[in-house]
Amino acid sequence: MQLATKDLLRLATIGSVDDGKSTLIGRLLVDTRQLFDDQLDAIAEASEKRGVGDLDLSFVTDGLRAEREQGITIDVAYRYATTPTRKFIIADCPGHVQYTSNMATGASTADLALVVLDVASGLKEQTRRHLCIAALLGVRSIIVAVNKMDAVDWSQLAFDRVVDEIVTLSRELDFTSVSIIPVSALLGDNVVESSNNLPWYDGPTVLDALESSEAGTWEHTTTQGARLPIQWVLRQPGGGRTYAGMVNGDTMHVGDRVTLLPANVETTITSINFGGDEIADATVGLAADLGLAAETNAGRGDLIATAPLPTVSNELKTTICWFGEKPLVVGQRLRLKHTSKVTPVRVKIINGVIDIAKLDIDDSTSLNTNDIGLATLQTADLLVVDDYRVNRVTGSFVLIDEATNATVAAGMVGHASFL
Amino acid sequence: MTTTPLRTSHTTDHLDLLESHAIFILREVVAECERPVLLFSGGKDSAVLLHLAVKAFAPQQLPFPVMHIDTGQNFPEVIDFRDATVERVGARLVVAKVQDSIDQGKVVDPGLMGSRNRLQTVTLLDAINDNNFDAAFGGARRDEDKARAKERILSFRDTFGQWDPRKQRPELWQLYQGKVNAGEHVRAFPLSDWTELDVWQYIERESMTVPDIYFAHDRDVVLRDGMYLAIGPFVAPRENETVERLTVRFRTVGDANCTGAVLSRASTLSAIIEEVALANVSERGATRADDKFSETAMEDRKREGYF
Ligand SMILES: Nc1nc2c(ncn2[C@@H]2O[C@H](COP(=O)(O)OP(=O)(O)O)[C@@H](O)[C@H]2O)c(=O)[nH]1
Ligand SMILES: [Mg+2]
Repeated sequence: MQLATKDLLRLATIGSVDDGKSTLIGRLLVDTRQLFDDQLDAIAEASEKRGVGDLDLSFVTDGLRAEREQGITIDVAYRYATTPTRKFIIADCPGHVQYTSNMATGASTADLALVVLDVASGLKEQTRRHLCIAALLGVRSIIVAVNKMDAVDWSQLAFDRVVDEIVTLSRELDFTSVSIIPVSALLGDNVVESSNNLPWYDGPTVLDALESSEAGTWEHTTTQGARLPIQWVLRQPGGGRTYAGMVNGDTMHVGDRVTLLPANVETTITSINFGGDEIADATVGLAADLGLAAETNAGRGDLIATAPLPTVSNELKTTICWFGEKPLVVGQRLRLKHTSKVTPVRVKIINGVIDIAKLDIDDSTSLNTNDIGLATLQTADLLVVDDYRVNRVTGSFVLIDEATNATVAAGMVGHASFL
Repeated sequence: MTTTPLRTSHTTDHLDLLESHAIFILREVVAECERPVLLFSGGKDSAVLLHLAVKAFAPQQLPFPVMHIDTGQNFPEVIDFRDATVERVGARLVVAKVQDSIDQGKVVDPGLMGSRNRLQTVTLLDAINDNNFDAAFGGARRDEDKARAKERILSFRDTFGQWDPRKQRPELWQLYQGKVNAGEHVRAFPLSDWTELDVWQYIERESMTVPDIYFAHDRDVVLRDGMYLAIGPFVAPRENETVERLTVRFRTVGDANCTGAVLSRASTLSAIIEEVALANVSERGATRADDKFSETAMEDRKREGYF
C-alpha cells in the first residue's frame, strides 16, 4: 500500500496543573481514532479500578503507576498521531513547578505549544511561567485551548475575559501565531468536532488549528547560514575523511564555500554523503557527512558553517533555566555541552533572575531551583555559537554536574527580546 | 556500500527526519560513551536499528558489537536471520544466554514450557557488567507501551540497572549526554519516536529483509488466553486445547511461548503496511502475554532493568 508522504509537527502541551492538558490529549487521540481497542479497554478498566468514571481520558498519557494513583502528570509522555498528510509527535508535559525541567524537556523541541487553561481561573501564575519558558525556548506559535467551557455554562463573557489576558501576554512574549479556542476537553467540544454548545464561536477546532500550523520550525529558526556541528569523522576507502553531523540552519550544497571553526579555515564542500551514498545537497535535519577540499585536522566539536558565520568565543552572555537542587552561584564550576562540544565552564556573573509575573529582571547573585536568570559564563575551550533566537541548535547548551553527570540547566545564548 | 547516482535529498518526509534523528543519536552515543553495544534480537525493530547503525558509520565498520540476550526459547527462523544479518554487516556478535544464568543459580529455571521472558533482565544486566558496556542501544519505541511513552531517548541506569521514572535526566533539544560513572550505564533508544507503521514503511522503503515469520504462513496453533500460540518445543497443547492449522503471521518477535500470532493473509510488505495502518488492536496487545499480567507490567519490568 502506498501511503502519502507526511510532514512532521512536534507539539508540547503546557499550562498549570489540573487545567486539562492530559484530558485534552486523551480526547484528541480518542476522537481521531488513534487508540487501539485494547488500549481503550485497558484505560476503561484502570478508570473503573480507581473509581474515576468510565473512561478517564488523562490515563491515555498518564501511564505511570504514581501518576494514576495521584491523578497528576509527573513526566512527559510522548504520543503519536497521524492524519493523511501529517505525523504529530505530542509531548504531554507536567504542570507542577517542581517538574519544570520535564516541561522544558518536552517544549525544547516543539514547533508549537498547545496551551491549556481553565476558563474559570484564567491566566494563572504557572500558565504565565510556562508561556514565558516556551517563548524563551523559541516556540513562536501557540494554540490556546480555553478549557472547561462546560463548567461555565459555555459563557462567551467568561471566554472573552480570558482572551484579553492571553492576547496581552502573547504580544509581550512575541508569539507570531496565536489561535484561541473555547473547548471542553472532557466532553469533546471543539477538540475534533465543532461544538453546538458554542454557537457564538465559528473559528477552528483544536485539530483544525493543529493541521494548519507550520511544521518543522524548531530546527529551521534561522535564515542565517548553514551549520554542521561535527559529531564523528569517517575514514573513506582510499584515505580521505568526511565529517558527519546533522545539518541545520540552511541547505548545504556540493561546491559551497564553508569555514571550519574555531580554526577559521576557509574551504569548499567537495562531496556530501548520506549512509554511504553520494548526494548533491543536504537539507536541514539530514544526518549527512561532508568531504572538504582543504586538508584539516577537524574533529568532533568543530563546526562547518556558511556565511553569515557564527561567533567564536569563550565568554557567553546567556539565559539559564536552572534545575539543580542547590542554587547556582558565581564562581561555580560545571561541564557544558554545546552541539557536539563538551567543555568545563565557570559562572562569571549572575546578572539577575526573571520575575515571571512582571517579565522584568530582578537583581540576584544566585539562581534557585527552577529560576530563570541571566548569566555570563566563561568556558575553558572556545565555543562556536549563534544567538538562540536565530538558531536553536547552535544557540543552545546544557550544564552538567561534574560529579553526578546529571543535567542541571538548560541554557540559551543571548537574551530574549522581551526581557 | 555502492555509490548510487546523485539524488537530491529532501528531508521533508517524516521517515527521512526519523531516520536522520536516529543516525544522529547513534553517532552521539558512540562518541560520548566508551563501550557501547547494540541489543539485537532479530526482530523487526532491532533489524531497523542495525540498518541505521550501518548507515550512520558507513563506509566504516560498525564501531561496536551487537548482543543477543538468548532465552533459548527462540523461533529458529529468527536465529537464522540473526546470524545471517550479523555476518552480512560484519558485526561482532555477543550472545548472552539465560541458560547460563540458570546454571549459575542466579535465576530459577521455569521449566521447559515456562516463560523465561522476565529472567532475561538478570542475564542482560550481567552481560552489561561483564563486558563493561556503558551504553546499550535498544529498538524500543514509545508507542509500544504507556511506560515506554515516558522514557527518555537516553535512559540513565544506576549500578543496579534500574530505571527510576521519577528521576529522569532532563533531555533538552537534541543535546543527548550519555556520560556515566563506573558501573552505571545508559540505554539509548534511537527509534523512540517511530511507530509500528513507520517501521514497516521504512523496511519497505529500504528494501530490507526481516524474518519470514512476520509474513503470513500456515502454522499449527492453539488458542490460549485469547492469543494464538505456535505449537513447538516450548508450547504443547494443554488438555482442553485443540490444535488448529491456520494462516497467521507474527507482529512482534519475542519468546516462542509468550508471543502470539495474529490471523493474517499479509504475505508482502505492502500488505503488512495496509494491515498495520488499519489495525484495531495494538502490537503488544495482540501478541504479548508478558504485558497482560497487570496494569503496570512494563513499568515494573523496566524498573528492574528490562530492555
Ligand atoms: N468540567 C471539566 N473538567 C475537565 C475538563 N477537562 C479536564 N477536566 C478535569 O480536570 C482535571 C484535571 O485534568 P488533567 O487532564 O489531569 O489536567 P492536567 O494536569 O492539565 O493534565 C480532571 O479531573 C479532569 O477530568 C473539561 O473540559 N471540563
Ligand atoms: Mg497532565
